[in-house]
Amino acid sequence: MIVRTGAIWDMQVAGHRMSSTPTPDPPRSATAIFFDGMRASATSVFSYVLIGTYIGVGALGHDFGFSLIWAMLSTLLVWVGPGQVILITTLGGGAPYLEVALAVGLSSVRLFPMVVTLLPLIKTPATRYRELLLPAHLTAVSMWVEALRLLPARPREGRIAFCNGLAIGFMLAAHLGTVLGFQLAGSLPPLLNAGLLFLTPMSFLCSTTRNARLLVDRLALVFGLVLGPLLAWWQVGLDLLWTGIIGGTAAYGLYRLREALR
Amino acid sequence: MNAVAELGPYLVLILVGFLPTEIWRMLGVVAMRGVDEESELVVWIRAIAVAVLAGVIAKLTLIPPGALAGIPAPVRVGAVAIGLLAFLLVRRSVFAGVAAGEAALIGGTLLWNW
Repeated sequence: MIVRTGAIWDMQVAGHRMSSTPTPDPPRSATAIFFDGMRASATSVFSYVLIGTYIGVGALGHDFGFSLIWAMLSTLLVWVGPGQVILITTLGGGAPYLEVALAVGLSSVRLFPMVVTLLPLIKTPATRYRELLLPAHLTAVSMWVEALRLLPARPREGRIAFCNGLAIGFMLAAHLGTVLGFQLAGSLPPLLNAGLLFLTPMSFLCSTTRNARLLVDRLALVFGLVLGPLLAWWQVGLDLLWTGIIGGTAAYGLYRLREALR
Repeated sequence: MNAVAELGPYLVLILVGFLPTEIWRMLGVVAMRGVDEESELVVWIRAIAVAVLAGVIAKLTLIPPGALAGIPAPVRVGAVAIGLLAFLLVRRSVFAGVAAGEAALIGGTLLWNW
């Protein structure tokens, strides 16, 4: 889709292009760039990972007794797969609200450095603060990874629209998965239902392992895998929080120790 | 009686789901400049976050909800191990790991009950 938006815009874009790459793309409106972003999401492997992950989220939501609307709203408002899984399992398991909020909050800390590194890439001197609120809300692992990969090849002017389109494309895939998982969980034979619920731990284990490139992250992953069930079996209160604090701090301490010994 | 029913599930979603997540995004908007992604504080916080997520993964496998509890524990653990192995062997592909893990879970359960 090509939308012409007037002579002044054309001149600005032409001037911009002369100094950068000589690609002969015609200038595009924000709407067209938004759809560029959505198209990019459709060809990204993350769309398929998201459908799989959110089939798991939808199935979990169903099995823990939440409504489909609630599950979809959690995707819209929370928009981090791991955080939503923690939210559904702790809340559905009857954990105290404070523990739920802390566990969800801790699992979402990673969003902070992502937003901090993404926004300088998409803003221009003319960008207003409130224009950054939507891309900040839409920031999640999938959008962040793909945005950092695709943005350098795109002119700075349309990057906000591109990121919004990319993330909303991903979110549509997530909603599709949520609906599928929720509906299937109620109607499948028990073995296949178990297979749906198994999607979450399996896909999270793989993607977390893939993202853990530094020693400190790998140690934290292993410590968390061991401590999580142990603390739950010993019926320690706030077991997930302690898993994070003990496992994460131990991993960080060992990493510092190794740095110091070098 | 679960207190979720008292407060209303949507209010709870906003208070313990939306706000604890959104605060990090909004802090990111405010901070934007001058935060180094590899600063020591961020490394430590990220390690805590990874450990929490790993704890959730292990609990979902070993103390599973709903229908997954009907699968024998050795089959669940074996399926995770096979999935992880396939992920590591097939160019660190999440799809390969999930497909192998699912096949092992369903195949293993059928064999177990045979």
